[in-house]
Amino acid sequence: MEALLATAIGALVAAGVYLALRPRLFSILLGMTLLSYAVNLFLLASGGVLADTAPLTDRPGPWPDPLPQALVLTAIVISFGMTALVIVLALRAVSERGHDRVDAAPGEEGE
Amino acid sequence: MNGLLLLPLLVPLAGGLLPLFSGRSGLAMERGAGLLATLVMLPVAVALFQAAAGGQIVVYAMGDWQAPFGITLVLDRLAAWMILVTAVLAAGVMLFSVGRADESGRHFHVLFQFQLLGIYGAFLAGDLFNLFVFFEVLLIASYALLSHGAGAERTMAAVRVAVLNLLGSTVFLVAVACIYSAAGTLNFADLARRAADLPADRLGLWQAGAWLLLVVFALKAALLPLGFWLPGAYRAADGAVAALFSILTKVGVVAIIRVCTLIFPALDAGPVIQVAALGTLVLGFTGMLSARRLAGLAAHAVIVSVGVLFVSVALFTRDSLAAGLYYAAHGTLATGLLFLVSTRIGMVRGETGDRLVAGPAFRGRTALPVAFLLAAVAVAGLPPLGGFLAKLAILDAAMSGAGTAWTFAAVLGASLFSIVALARAGTIVFWTVGRDRGEVVELPGWRPLAVSGVALLLVALVLLAAFAGPALDQAGEVAAQLLDRDAYVRAVLGAGLEGGS
Repeated sequence: MEALLATAIGALVAAGVYLALRPRLFSILLGMTLLSYAVNLFLLASGGVLADTAPLTDRPGPWPDPLPQALVLTAIVISFGMTALVIVLALRAVSERGHDRVDAAPGEEGE
Repeated sequence: MNGLLLLPLLVPLAGGLLPLFSGRSGLAMERGAGLLATLVMLPVAVALFQAAAGGQIVVYAMGDWQAPFGITLVLDRLAAWMILVTAVLAAGVMLFSVGRADESGRHFHVLFQFQLLGIYGAFLAGDLFNLFVFFEVLLIASYALLSHGAGAERTMAAVRVAVLNLLGSTVFLVAVACIYSAAGTLNFADLARRAADLPADRLGLWQAGAWLLLVVFALKAALLPLGFWLPGAYRAADGAVAALFSILTKVGVVAIIRVCTLIFPALDAGPVIQVAALGTLVLGFTGMLSARRLAGLAAHAVIVSVGVLFVSVALFTRDSLAAGLYYAAHGTLATGLLFLVSTRIGMVRGETGDRLVAGPAFRGRTALPVAFLLAAVAVAGLPPLGGFLAKLAILDAAMSGAGTAWTFAAVLGASLFSIVALARAGTIVFWTVGRDRGEVVELPGWRPLAVSGVALLLVALVLLAAFAGPALDQAGEVAAQLLDRDAYVRAVLGAGLEGGS
């Protein structure tokens, strides 16, 4: 279980970082989304990983830690909202500039 | 009584949210609510300051879930100090923005109030995750405020800042996860209590989390290797927005002060921060000297003030923290004032704007040049304003620490080059007149409010200098409380401690 989770997080982070370093807004946003998935999984794993149980039940233990699950829920909502906002900003930037490159041509944006 | 802690959250929330329900009446309603909420926060901030002035740490447990299990808001001297500074700055900027910035786009006042909500919340947060949440609140408002108004440059600046801070938030969550899995808690007081006796196999995770956290806060505070986003963003933003943003970097600084004094004193991050701070100073005054617009000058002045602040804070002694906090108050108001005055200058110069080239003559208009002079004096740290006293206190505190010579050279050098840069800007703007540029234009409408906004910040700066003795004493008390970790832990965990864990 741990190995699977670790591999998934690692793959998501690697893909996310690669995409975030691309010069187009579209890839950057995809990269950001992958990174936020990775960090959500990481947060979930921070309370320890247990398979086939649920927190806050009257079944016999061991129970997983419920707090990281609550944190992840909050983090998902926040990163969802943030990503939505950045996409809107990016769309506006594209419609104003006519392209989605982040490395603007010299002279395009003066001081 | 402890419910007082909710007011810094509820007042901006109400001031921002309620006008949205009022239907189509729009701007007038938002403007009234925004002004009211911002001005109401002044007495609230004073009351909070009074509540913390006795040295007690006021704790509010949401829903009466006691720490470390519930959401706690904690008001100590540091939080009260910064809330007061924020409230004063916000009042000045709010008065200034009425009738100008708020007409260049929709819902300016709503965003402004949410920005304040996030800032106040970040100062009051009693655990790491709520600090994260309030950071996100202030960030999401700041993206929208940054792109407020129009222009491709502004939108792109907002996108850059947003992407960068989205990355920062990711790192923040990784840090939170590391610290949680190492210590099993996120409450500041509980973390402080457990920091001393962590099992050895968790120590690596703990330290990784701690350093990641410092990286995130340094990104917010625009400390050297992470501060390159700031000038572009502040330059592109509307002047009033940029003035409000001069408190944002201080939120990062305060977060670093909080975690370094309370939770990670064993990390010994001081020397690293100090080196970065010296570099930040150099970057800041180089930028000031090479600025081509007043807005760029002011943006780099923010970087210089962050550098000076960190040089002092990084020693983590009582004197250095006290000097740093006094400087934080002064520097925030001073850079805010410089942004406001620069904006005003850019407006009256018509199409020349705030570019540092010969423009129209300021014949017979003395108020604005004098305001710029005072703002420049405040930013550069010349007597008689408080910046001079703050730097004196900082150098005095640095005498006992490591790297004294470097600190002296950097702080004094930054002051000198700031003076040169500001004098150059003032000379170009006020003393050289471009051919066929005519005279500066009169601005239509709402002038008294804008002037009163500038005047409010000026009066605050003068008061800070006039009562420098008591203010420095207060800052000393703040610092003393910060260094007394046990008191914080006792105040927050209280009864839970006797029960054992």
